[in-house]
Amino acid sequence: MVQQYIGASITRKEDERFLTGRATFVDDVKLPGMVHATFVRSPHAHARIVAIDTAAALAMPGVVAVFTYDDIASLAKPIPVRLYPLPSLEPFLQYPLAQDKVRYVGDPVAIVIADSRYVAEDALDVIDVTYEPLQAVVDIEESLRDEIIIHEAPGTNLAAHYVVSTGDIDQAFRDAEYTRKERFKTNRHTGNPLETRGMVVAYDSGELTVWGATKVPHFNREVLSSLLDFPEEKMHFIEGDVGGGFGIRGEFYPEDFLVPFAAIRLGRPVKWTEDRLEHLIAANHSRDILCDIEIAMKKDGTILGIRAQVYGDMGGYIRTHGSLVPASTAGLLMGPYNVPAYECGVHCVITNKTGVGTFRAPGRYESCFIRERLLDMAAADLGIDPAELRFKNLIQPSQMPYNAGRTRADGDTIFDSGNYPQALTRALDEIGYAETNPKRWVDDAGRYHGIGIATYVKNTGRGPFEGARIVISGTGDVAVYLGITTMGQGHETTMAQICADSLGVSMEAVTIYHGNTDYIPFGGGTYGSRGTVMGGNAVHLACQNMKERILSLASTYLDTEPANLVLQTGEIFRKGAEHGPALLSLGEVAGLAENAGSDEEDSGTLEITAYFEADQLTFSYGSHAAHVAVDPETGKIEIIRYVVVEDIGRAINPLMVHGQAVGGAAQGIGATLLEELVYDDSGQLLAGSFMDYLLPTSTDVPPIESIVLEEAPSPLNPLGVKGAGEGGIVATGATLANAVSNALAPLGVQITQLPLSPSFIVKLLSS
Amino acid sequence: MKPARFDYYSPSSRDEALELLGQYGDDAKILAGGQSLMPMMNMRLVRPKVVIDINRIAGLSHITPRRDGGLAVGAMTRQRELERSALVLETAPLLSLAIPYIGHFQIRNRGTVGGSLAHSDPAAEIPAVCLTLDTEFELASSGGERTVKAEDFFLNHLTTALEPVELLTEIRIPQTVGNWRWGFQEVCRRDGDFALVGAATMLHLDDKGICLEARITTFGAGGTPMRMDAAEEYLSGSSVNADDRSEAARLVSDALDPISDIHASAKYRQDVGGVMVRRALEQALLAQALPFNEGEDAA
Repeated sequence: MVQQYIGASITRKEDERFLTGRATFVDDVKLPGMVHATFVRSPHAHARIVAIDTAAALAMPGVVAVFTYDDIASLAKPIPVRLYPLPSLEPFLQYPLAQDKVRYVGDPVAIVIADSRYVAEDALDVIDVTYEPLQAVVDIEESLRDEIIIHEAPGTNLAAHYVVSTGDIDQAFRDAEYTRKERFKTNRHTGNPLETRGMVVAYDSGELTVWGATKVPHFNREVLSSLLDFPEEKMHFIEGDVGGGFGIRGEFYPEDFLVPFAAIRLGRPVKWTEDRLEHLIAANHSRDILCDIEIAMKKDGTILGIRAQVYGDMGGYIRTHGSLVPASTAGLLMGPYNVPAYECGVHCVITNKTGVGTFRAPGRYESCFIRERLLDMAAADLGIDPAELRFKNLIQPSQMPYNAGRTRADGDTIFDSGNYPQALTRALDEIGYAETNPKRWVDDAGRYHGIGIATYVKNTGRGPFEGARIVISGTGDVAVYLGITTMGQGHETTMAQICADSLGVSMEAVTIYHGNTDYIPFGGGTYGSRGTVMGGNAVHLACQNMKERILSLASTYLDTEPANLVLQTGEIFRKGAEHGPALLSLGEVAGLAENAGSDEEDSGTLEITAYFEADQLTFSYGSHAAHVAVDPETGKIEIIRYVVVEDIGRAINPLMVHGQAVGGAAQGIGATLLEELVYDDSGQLLAGSFMDYLLPTSTDVPPIESIVLEEAPSPLNPLGVKGAGEGGIVATGATLANAVSNALAPLGVQITQLPLSPSFIVKLLSS
Repeated sequence: MKPARFDYYSPSSRDEALELLGQYGDDAKILAGGQSLMPMMNMRLVRPKVVIDINRIAGLSHITPRRDGGLAVGAMTRQRELERSALVLETAPLLSLAIPYIGHFQIRNRGTVGGSLAHSDPAAEIPAVCLTLDTEFELASSGGERTVKAEDFFLNHLTTALEPVELLTEIRIPQTVGNWRWGFQEVCRRDGDFALVGAATMLHLDDKGICLEARITTFGAGGTPMRMDAAEEYLSGSSVNADDRSEAARLVSDALDPISDIHASAKYRQDVGGVMVRRALEQALLAQALPFNEGEDAA
């Protein structure tokens, strides 16, 4: 069958309702009798709670209820870790409300329910919480001294420590002709989706409906069921339209317990819409990594080994992502290179800041920055061109699949396929690397120009399973129900493309349904660039199974063998006579299915649920290149060109992959130049609104030149796809820092921390 | 992010507004363009008991030539109107040069001249320009009117000479006669942000290119925009050559004593303040014609 849809740049089916204002976001959900929640949040980074007086608030007209820890005490259990758990993390987990101590500015102390959000915020003014402030710990090194203990029970601020290693690291450093040791730091920042978090919860006749569930609704339902001691099948999680995820949205946060709790206790629908001030202190932060790293090389630039210590500032509690951010920094610190020996210590360090979780390419943005900067420094020391140094060490296609060894606590890292040198070559070609000599210069206005490059590899498509359910009705229409969720990825289009091709129907006949836990009993959700790999292959698998059933039913009716029939554009043809008359329509086959005898194997309606399973990860990879100009007097950086080359195995919809690359790069440019969640010594967040937390605007982001390669399909799934959501952002910090360092190298500047603010650049230049 | 409870008045005349101000004084806030007031109220950083919306008062928005050759601008004149005014370009080109640096044009569509001055953010453009232009402000109350010079108007961080019962009604820009040049420079984290530090300059040159009068203002480098007296005196009588400009920049940096915040260190503002002055002087000498574009943001 000729493929028609996979690989085509089809515009998004969902865009019409977004562009015409018809989408339904969680704040659009309005129910009769609905009341509004807001939260008393700690103004202190570290303090004991002495007393909470809610009397004045409860006496205010319009205030419905105030719940504190005492009200939830009988149910109080910590919020469990979803990913990268470690036993030592358990005593550091967060409860839905603070009991006797607060551990970051924003720590929820009480939930207030009122007739309106206005009244609820008025009530916050009169709730009197007496705190006994304690000294805050805001620095990793200070925390590690354990002079001030944030969680008394474990008695340490080091929530986890382990070492991953592969090869003989001591031998590598004994054999080294060149070593260099550096300390790198990445800036704490986070995802800021246009739509903040929020939920509406209704409790009626023993059934609990939760609007606003995103990302991992099946998992969150399981957690809520456990925390509330409430039957899972009586909970219905509904997603609605979503204005961006980026890793931070849809995890199980304290509010995800408290709002349903309030709805049940009050028997009234409760809405909570996070505002931006809350978002910046309450939703997960990310990227706060300190790394000491040392590289051993031969004089010709061959890497012999890398050893490192990665310290993750986890904030006041371990949240649902467990050790993920520092663990993933360590997991891919060696990158797409032959690194025969690697050893890395991973440290999860508690501080009095907001808890940490994933943000688009968690740990990988950080490790790429650390490694690629170090490689540029080594290249300069050894007098080798940075591109040449990389080509010398990149894993070759002939080495695939490549086992990079035990770089994670839970197993080996195995790169499934790839032509890494080719992606770098393409990026160099696009930026004009060979023709640009020298690679740095000063223009007439006194600005310093430089080219920077970086390469990356990024794990995608995490298992263990994902589901899809397909139902074909008597009209021949195909309904596909997904276990993955959609925060803006465009699955209503891509999954329809996959279904149409895999089944043999037109795309117009396919409707994608997603975001309701009632659609399919199990679903893994959407994160870590797994949607197309896991969800897409689940759709493909369900379609394959469905096609088999259709052809079997048709062949019985037509008294022939299934092998003699073809399903194409929603109709059954005799093989070899596809241009002739159709023998049956899909709707007619659906009718056959209903009439088929119950003793037959292919009995029943045309409904199939399939689960695609995967125990290995697919690895996307690529290279970025940038040309920047730096004003040495003001420290202002202009990005003149930015190139993203990524190979994702196979693009279902190149237009949307391009969109992911551009969006990712824009987000990474913001992260690298502008965004930082700055705390003062007392643990106060100084970048608490968009006045001070600076997101990139259209004037800060140059046109992104995105190249999508499909040279190395993944052998791990039938579609050959790899995740495409994070390639645009992974190498932004590394590439821009390399470009700026290259430009300013004559002035003695080497970037080892982010972000690259004008003030920071000028400080480097004057020191 | 919901404001605390407040009463809202929308007077239709200036007298009515002044009467309300007289009645509520410190408890009242004037709503002009709302570009700073509304976010501050939503964040409950300010909690006025009364908001007096002056958007419906006729006569507060105008750009009028004065008989003495200067310009009178109504306090409710939108920044975008100034930006597009040929009269402003002709009479006070420095203002035309600076306005595109204010936020983005969507913000300038709402933001007003008077709102910017009354709010008096130390890094804002209009206060710095008014200080450079030796502007006068008309302040009205139910008891009458008074005129305050720009140099006496900006007192401290977000603090002006406006009494709680007073409304800023008009600004008066004097005419500049002779060969005047102007420059305006600022550096921001992002286009449209408040400046980390910036400078406005005006040079009055004689026919030999000797500087008769220099005006230099820095902003974002202290609690208010500030005239740089030492540098102004130094340049007066000079030919403003490269060495003079560098020396002026040095004098400016020496005179500045800014604060650090998360966006820039004090040292940065001090050093780059000098750089901005030097560049604004270069711009003043080089620029013959002003860029006058329809709708583009600066930088």
